[in-house]
Amino acid sequence: MKLQRKNRRALTLGALAVSGALALTACGSDDTGDNGDGGKKSNAASDIKCDDAKGQLAASGSSAQKNAIDAWVKQYTAACKDVQVQYNPTGSGAGITAFLQGQTAFAGSDSALKPDEIEKSKKVCKSSQAIDLPMVGGPIAVGYNVPGVDKLVLDAKTLADIFNNKIKNWNDKAIEKLNPDAKLPGTKIQAFHRSDESGTTDNFTKYLKGAAPSAWPYETGKSWEPKGGQSAQGSSGVAQQVKQTTGAISYMELSYAEEGIETVDLKTGAKEPVEATVDNASKAISEAKTVGKGKDLALELNYKPTAEGAYPITLVTYEVVCEKGNKSDTLATTKSFLNYVSSEDGQALLKENGYAPIPSEIITKVRETVAALS
Amino acid sequence: MSISTMKPTGTPGGESGPSNLKAARLPRWSPYVIAVGSLAVGCGIGLAAGLDSRLQWGLIAAILFVAVSYILSATVEGGRQAKDRLATSMVWVMFLLAVVPLASLVYETVQRGAKVFNGYFLSHSMGVVADKETGGGIYHAIIGTLEQVGLACLIAVPIGLLTAIYLVEYGRGKLAKAVTFFVDVMTGIPSIVAGLFVLSFWILILGFDFSGWAGAMALSILMMPVVVRSTEEMLKLVPNELREASLALGVPKWRTILKVVLPTAIGGITTGVMLAIARIAGETAPVLLLVWVNPFINTNPFDGAQASLPLYIYQQYQSGNQAGYDRAWAAALALIAFIMILNLVARGVARWKAPTTGR
Amino acid sequence: MDIPTDTTPPPPRVEDAKPTTAAQKRAARGATRPGDRIFLALSRGSGIALLLVMAAIAAFLAYRASIALADNEGSFFTTFEWDPAGITSGGKPVFGIAVLVFGTVVSSIIALVIAVPVAIGIALFISHYAPRSLAAPIAFVIDLLAAVPSIVYGLWGALVVAPNLTGLYSWLDDYFGWTGIFEYQGGAPRSLMTVGILLAIMILPIITNVSREVFLQVPKFNEEAALALGATRWEVIRMSVLPFGRSGIISASMLGLGRALGETIAVATVLSPSFVINASVLDYGGGTFAQNIASKFNEANEYGRDALIASGLVLFVITLLVNGAARLIIARRKEYSGANA
Repeated sequence: MKLQRKNRRALTLGALAVSGALALTACGSDDTGDNGDGGKKSNAASDIKCDDAKGQLAASGSSAQKNAIDAWVKQYTAACKDVQVQYNPTGSGAGITAFLQGQTAFAGSDSALKPDEIEKSKKVCKSSQAIDLPMVGGPIAVGYNVPGVDKLVLDAKTLADIFNNKIKNWNDKAIEKLNPDAKLPGTKIQAFHRSDESGTTDNFTKYLKGAAPSAWPYETGKSWEPKGGQSAQGSSGVAQQVKQTTGAISYMELSYAEEGIETVDLKTGAKEPVEATVDNASKAISEAKTVGKGKDLALELNYKPTAEGAYPITLVTYEVVCEKGNKSDTLATTKSFLNYVSSEDGQALLKENGYAPIPSEIITKVRETVAALS
Repeated sequence: MSISTMKPTGTPGGESGPSNLKAARLPRWSPYVIAVGSLAVGCGIGLAAGLDSRLQWGLIAAILFVAVSYILSATVEGGRQAKDRLATSMVWVMFLLAVVPLASLVYETVQRGAKVFNGYFLSHSMGVVADKETGGGIYHAIIGTLEQVGLACLIAVPIGLLTAIYLVEYGRGKLAKAVTFFVDVMTGIPSIVAGLFVLSFWILILGFDFSGWAGAMALSILMMPVVVRSTEEMLKLVPNELREASLALGVPKWRTILKVVLPTAIGGITTGVMLAIARIAGETAPVLLLVWVNPFINTNPFDGAQASLPLYIYQQYQSGNQAGYDRAWAAALALIAFIMILNLVARGVARWKAPTTGR
Repeated sequence: MDIPTDTTPPPPRVEDAKPTTAAQKRAARGATRPGDRIFLALSRGSGIALLLVMAAIAAFLAYRASIALADNEGSFFTTFEWDPAGITSGGKPVFGIAVLVFGTVVSSIIALVIAVPVAIGIALFISHYAPRSLAAPIAFVIDLLAAVPSIVYGLWGALVVAPNLTGLYSWLDDYFGWTGIFEYQGGAPRSLMTVGILLAIMILPIITNVSREVFLQVPKFNEEAALALGATRWEVIRMSVLPFGRSGIISASMLGLGRALGETIAVATVLSPSFVINASVLDYGGGTFAQNIASKFNEANEYGRDALIASGLVLFVITLLVNGAARLIIARRKEYSGANA
């Protein structure tokens, strides 16, 4: 009997705990970005057309554009209060897979759709197909950590040799030749690459292959082809390793290289070495050509720009949507959001966040395509 | 070292003669002196050899401590006592060895997490706060984790407990063997695979949307085998005499199990369930696939995307800037605190309900 | 006297025995009481439900894996490459798990070698050595640590532990480098050894918890008998505690191993993975099943995911073998123990 009474008391306690937890659920609120030091006040709200946009907008894909999406969402949500944009930075491949399975409204991808993916998209897009819309550009910086060296110039061949483990020490002849003034230590070079598959790796190796084909014998792709070498997960992972390891060098989106990591100036076809900045990346992206068919606006980047000050290692992130046959319940919201993103205000926001806007003649086409989505 | 000057008070070495009832013993304070001595020498060697890692200093000191205790005891007290000393010193060293990393884990989490851990952080969601900005909070993630883990427990704990009872109290024949086999298989499921299974089954085939419930299903798949295995182990430890005594008094078997077997093992079972909760509360991959990521508050686990604490930690860590790291540590602190409080409550209840034992 | 141990109690004996006394008759009738029938049905039902879920998952995975394996151009078990997209071979998928098997086994072994002795040490410390006033709080703290989620271990491992291991590794290289196993060539200490150490710390509380629970179940009179014969504390432990707890320790280690084998996030954050096998555990490179799945999964296309699932299936088999071995050891011990005879 005594045991039973205790049981009951325990139950009461449990019930109290549960109801307490339930009571807790009533007292939280969403951070609207207005309080604390939550950033700049929204100012562009007036120009954003919400139309019929409402509800949850689920999207996923490239982590490279996450910071850009964050900035857009903030402005967009300030204007269209009924919309919750949920962008899940799972990676380009996962984003496309989720989109092709009909889970999301759009996908973000660092590389254009492959033919077989376009073929598969006919199922989810009903009779129509998926298209690439370039929205965000950005420089991929080569970050390094060599104490006492705050300016470093490299060219494509030297970079390829470093990442191919042919150049092993920082005071190698090839590096010294490019940096006659720098005091290079004899430290071993610790080259890091991305361990996960990534659009960043894809574009970086494409640059190496495109600009120094003889020094880079490997195939290009999202995964790192050379055997061995050190690696870390995600841009944040390699950035963290570069920070922690003396003699380290790696590649990452510019926004990750900001805190205490020096970036390499690249020697291109132009006279002066080029620094990794947003403006310089824009110059290179403006040389890109559209190669997509029909409404698809996939770009081909030029990895050997000769223009003065054009930074050659760049990355373009596409938003992938159906040309026709988008999910009816999210179509209005998707159009409204992408419309804002491709607008002048939306593109102007990119520069503040370490990204490069898409050149005007291409973004005009993007706007037309977004307006025609159905 | 100071010990070396000590004079043995009895016959040194070997087994003492039968006439000598009280064999020579090292004084009571000797372990402390040896410990301090070896620590000093360890640090000395570390300094002299210029070893830059404190870990090595500690290791050297630990090895010295074990060796010196053994040698001293062997010369003074004899072989058997020396072995006893060896075991005692080893146990102490093992304990200290384990405490260092665990203490460091707690210290770092608390110290780094305290920076942004405050009322605002706990009561607000991320909303539209960008990864690079400061601000935002984990309220949405707490709600998500509470609901998902709660739902997963509602599925997994009853099934797990009953299955374990079946295996231990009734289990004979092919069915029991098959269940045992598959529980073993289940412990090896990578969490992402469980997530993928639910994704194909629930979202792709049946066509439901992302929800906390979908995540809870995947979590319960991960939780069940842990609950079954640990409960099984604990039920096996219940002495048969208890069962037999109860049955002999004419108590039906089901009442025997509920009133005698389970209460006796409740401490261990609670530990097992807590371990299982800890395992699933820290899962990221299935949540990422099934619950999606919702920076806004959603209190309904059956409708729409949610968030969860481990996923929040992972994403803030991935965002790779100081504001993100701070939030990740603070969320880790919250997650640990949440699990520990849960643990405390469960433990309290278990102790309260358990029949008194020698413990 | 009957020594209660971990063996499965055979309640049917009570029911099978001839009902000679009134109490036994009642007990025999008890098997058919409605309460008993419902309870049996419930517990058997959960067993079957669990079985069905598992069988469904196994079938699903086997199906997905078979898709991947059918098109694999490499040898699944001996290829040192993971390229289901066929980038290097012109579109033909080539992938194999040799590196993953090696990495998983090695890191788990390192974890067990470090964790099991330490865990037994702590468990004994709590149950037999620590002053009574200290034992309860320590046990409590270890209990709580068992509840730390792996994502937190990952965070801590990557940001706190790994950066501090360089010194230890150079030192190991200085003194044991000649073995080849402990060669260290510099670079970030993100090797299988680091993974092993982190895994050891992660599984330590689990093994400790279960072992302690078992040590505390040792019948007091066994220990007292040994003490009365003049045994030292260590001899008591060796003669009565450890034999009694052996199957518990094994099962605890297996629980720990299970976590170590399948650990994903923590490994992915501290390892520097690549598809190579190094003789030295201190050198970066290598990979584990779960880590490989986690790092490759996001960017993989559907076929790539199938390939990863195929590797996940192998992880099952390994886990199954481990569990089977543990069960064998426990069962064999049961035969010799004479418990419940």
